[in-house]
Amino acid sequence: MLNHQAESPFAVELINVTKRFGNTIANHQINLKIKRGSIHGIVGENGAGKSTAMNMLYGFYTPDEGSIKIDNKDVFINSPAKALSLGIGMLHQHFLLSSEESALDNILIGAEPVRPTFKIPKPFRWIRQFFKIDRSQALSTIENLLDSNSSHINLKDPVEKMSVGQQQRIEVLKVLYRSAEIIILDEPTAVLTPQETLQLFDQLRKLKGEGKTILIITHKLREVLNICDEVTVFRQGKVVASRDSRKTTESELAELMVGRVVDLHSRKIHPLKVSAQSVLIVENLSLQIAKVSKLKNLNLEIAEGEILGIAGVQGNGQTELQNFLLNPSPFFQKKMATGNYKILGQDVGHLPTRELFKSGLASLADDRLRHGAIASLSIEENFYLGLQNFPHFKNGIFSDKKNIRSALKKAKESFDIKYSQENSLFSSMSGGNQQKLVIARELAKNPKVLIAAQPTRGVDIGAIEFIHQKLREYSANGMSVILISSELSELFALSHRILVMYNGQLGASFNPERSSESDIGLAMGGAT
Amino acid sequence: MSNFFNSESHELLALLLSSLRVSTPLIFAAMAGFFSERSGIVNIALEGKILIGSLTGVLAASYFHSPWMGLMGAAVVGLVIGAAYALMTIILKADHIVSGVALNLFAAGITPLACNYFYGASGSSASLASEDRFLSAPVYLALVIPFLIDFWSRFTPSGLWHRVAGEEPKALKGAGISVLKLQFTSLMISGALASMGGAVLSTFLSSSFSRNMSAGRGFIALAALILGRWKPLPTFFACLFFGLSEALQIRLQGLSFSDGSTLPVQWIFILPYAITLIVLAGFLGRSRAPKALGRIQSE
Amino acid sequence: MNPTLKQILTSLASIALAYSLGMFFVLAAGESPLLVSKVLFRSAIASQYDLGMTFFYAIPFALAGFSVALAYRSGLFNIGAEGQLNMGALGCAMMGIFYPNLPAFVAPFAAIFAALLFGGLWGLIPAVLKTERGSHEVVTSIMLNFIAAALCSYFILYILKNPESQNPESKTLGSSYLFKSFEFFQGAPVGIFLFAIPVLSILIYFFFEKSILGFEMKSAGSSLEAAEAAGISARKIQWLSFALAGATAGLIGSVEILSNSGKFKMDFSPGYGFSGIAVCLLARGNPLLITISALFFAWLHKGAMDLDIETEKMTRDMTSILQALIIAVVASQQSVVNFVKMRRRKFNS
Repeated sequence: MLNHQAESPFAVELINVTKRFGNTIANHQINLKIKRGSIHGIVGENGAGKSTAMNMLYGFYTPDEGSIKIDNKDVFINSPAKALSLGIGMLHQHFLLSSEESALDNILIGAEPVRPTFKIPKPFRWIRQFFKIDRSQALSTIENLLDSNSSHINLKDPVEKMSVGQQQRIEVLKVLYRSAEIIILDEPTAVLTPQETLQLFDQLRKLKGEGKTILIITHKLREVLNICDEVTVFRQGKVVASRDSRKTTESELAELMVGRVVDLHSRKIHPLKVSAQSVLIVENLSLQIAKVSKLKNLNLEIAEGEILGIAGVQGNGQTELQNFLLNPSPFFQKKMATGNYKILGQDVGHLPTRELFKSGLASLADDRLRHGAIASLSIEENFYLGLQNFPHFKNGIFSDKKNIRSALKKAKESFDIKYSQENSLFSSMSGGNQQKLVIARELAKNPKVLIAAQPTRGVDIGAIEFIHQKLREYSANGMSVILISSELSELFALSHRILVMYNGQLGASFNPERSSESDIGLAMGGAT
Repeated sequence: MSNFFNSESHELLALLLSSLRVSTPLIFAAMAGFFSERSGIVNIALEGKILIGSLTGVLAASYFHSPWMGLMGAAVVGLVIGAAYALMTIILKADHIVSGVALNLFAAGITPLACNYFYGASGSSASLASEDRFLSAPVYLALVIPFLIDFWSRFTPSGLWHRVAGEEPKALKGAGISVLKLQFTSLMISGALASMGGAVLSTFLSSSFSRNMSAGRGFIALAALILGRWKPLPTFFACLFFGLSEALQIRLQGLSFSDGSTLPVQWIFILPYAITLIVLAGFLGRSRAPKALGRIQSE
Repeated sequence: MNPTLKQILTSLASIALAYSLGMFFVLAAGESPLLVSKVLFRSAIASQYDLGMTFFYAIPFALAGFSVALAYRSGLFNIGAEGQLNMGALGCAMMGIFYPNLPAFVAPFAAIFAALLFGGLWGLIPAVLKTERGSHEVVTSIMLNFIAAALCSYFILYILKNPESQNPESKTLGSSYLFKSFEFFQGAPVGIFLFAIPVLSILIYFFFEKSILGFEMKSAGSSLEAAEAAGISARKIQWLSFALAGATAGLIGSVEILSNSGKFKMDFSPGYGFSGIAVCLLARGNPLLITISALFFAWLHKGAMDLDIETEKMTRDMTSILQALIIAVVASQQSVVNFVKMRRRKFNS
């Protein structure tokens, strides 16, 4: 293992590190010192540069200027292989797991023990890749690494059979198997229930106790203050501050991230009309995919102008519900679903998506930039996408370009979207503006019901305020919103009512004025 | 023992043995497809590689007076072709299918041209002397190779990396393994195997090269790979199945009905292709292609 | 620099590169690249007849290019054009031979309609298999190419056979069906279909750029997921694209029968279906540029035909080789362009 140079208390140092991609400066003169044996949080908005910096530590990129020191020694990390040899391990936000292979094989990739074991001189080492993998030896080594929470995982099972929480445990095992002393975690709690998050934090504290150094990239400010010893804030490619976590607050961190005062959690809900009609009803919906039950006897009703929050960790059926609401007929045709689905009293279960749009539905997919937009098309074409069958935007079988352009212009002003030319590529806009365009487009359908799934995921804090305000504005004017989100603070700030989705079922309803976040957190984890 | 084999089972045995012979080039080609597709590169260029290998096989076999040299020559040329295909798809990041079409078209053009250069006629080459042809060796090779490959794929580190490259190449990158090197090597091996399949076609199943003699085998091999769910052993059996249909076709030619008329040769000719189509159509989407198949890597 | 101008320049550069690579093979075969180039360049325009033959090839090349482009717009690959054009020819021949007495103002339209129908239906099969069964459309299309060849062979030899000839060809269609060739080309079989090409290219251009369907096809071709989420039916788009592509390829069959030989000759196509891929790729799927691209490839093809006659080592297969090289270079173009851009940026910064 590495020699810990007693003189330096720092396991990792970035010194004046700069990284450019083309004309963009992703990291500008970053100075960062991480104390050995500590848990250090890295926060910042999307595009602030935190992922770039961590990816340089893991060797995906190399710095254009500046240097990196590991244990007080200058190093040049030009590949993940090099990072691994230095004792650096990384848990990525999107798991790097091959779902077809077993958990064991996934852990072993790149460090497989083989038989025969005799020593081979360096230039011929590559022959070992043709020897037989010694899986039984690997199993016994790894079993020692399993902690009490993970002992029920069967390592021989293929990864696709495991829950998201279990998959993350596999990722952790990957890092531990390579004897990493410095562990980087990228948004580790994005996919965990509150209970699983606590378990992860216990494990991290234990690893800290063993002398390991841990870096966590996250945007969850409350968790940062909970688990981290120190926090560093990135903004627009620069490090703007480092704070002792005991001496700072969420608001201060948010302010440092954005550069101004931010109002995160205020709740301003318009009252519902007493006579508000039911706009969308789902009754007794049961849905199966590949014989696995994904939605069980689900009931959902939303009134005019109501914002209905659906809480829950991703993977409990939210995606299936969204897909069903947007395009129900294939599920019924293929006998994969049973139940009733009505919009404004009309049964819509047999209608194709474009008819649902005409019935008043609009949808913001959670993976907005993949499902809601096409990067290779122009800005104007992306605004047109989904609007092409509305009578206002067509001229017989041709598209009415004039009307589209004027609608786009209106949206540009009202949503403050920045772009130079309508026919430039969509991908030339910044991430925040892309999100705004997609939202503006959906709202241009003048929908009766908007399904908004994770509407502010990946959106900068400043734009989050703006989007929340727009949603409130439209709903005060009669638009209903089905708000599916895993951010409790967002649900509390916007919803009239919150239902919790767990294991394909919608549980009891919570009144945000009277319930607490921990009540809902428990329900998200399955407690009744 | 002669009453043990009545004429019916004799016919059946002959058919089965014939199927085995006829499947041999398919097996080589399908294994080539495995190396390529399982590592994430779509390979519709098997057809062209077979064609090039069949001409090379004849050339080398007649020049060195040995069918084994024919096979070797085809393998070497196949490595080069595989590297060229890798250059296009991996380094230059061209679309996999377009590259495959280009390679097939190129092979269809260069083989008659080269044949004309060496033999003076673009339609077919001179026939090989019988001592320059294979007697039965390719069959044994074709029986053994799929099992070797299966063992390698399931039990060795490089086999594991190869499979993961087609599913989640980022997992390899994160573990410090070069996806580029892996795919490049896979494509070279794929080229060599497919080319060898072509050599088997011209030096074992027949005795010369003729224009477009691959006749769609490269695509049938691909269908066998799909039928075999991209795994070596099931693919091997799928090849035997397609070989059976081709053997049937040969058998049925000239078969006469009770009234003396014969089955038009076209309907028989269709047999392997129609069966492939039915297999592909009847096959439910349960066979999932490797997840990263066709994805262009950004390094 | 104007982006379209840039595109055209890059295409020209690709052609130059591919051509040079092709000349390398010429050298290896022991022929003079200079001689070969002279033959290639000269042969297309040496006389009115030669010009006519160039146009004669350009028509099916253009139609094949349109066929590939129609599928390409939706992100699909039409490799089945060869089978589709054969089936189109079959439909056309059957109409002409089974209904020989149709009056002259109806007959050609009926034959063309039959070609479109047969080609379109044949093209639809891989699309249906893809959406309903998940079958890979490239492999199914290729199987269908072979099956079409066998089917057509059967019909030609057993049902439509020309009793007066030993060649594998059908009976000749009645004169009410056939088109006359322009005398200007002194015998080259080029008739009114020549004008259909620019008309089609403009029609398809408007279809792509101005119509709702054209937009939906483009969206589906770029991202099927996003398109479906926007209410576009993947099934409808894929079926429509392939059917249109098949019909356009089927038209090639009717050109051959009604405007060239007057009958269905087996294997009349020297691989038009595959050349269509090269034509479409070089034109980047743009129907207006396809016309030019088709003329270019026809020029090459005509030249290659003459190579067979005028040189010893070169055969007409040179056309396949050059087409393949052009496809390869154009397909790799993006990387080279990016590489050059990166180099230039490093140089400037």
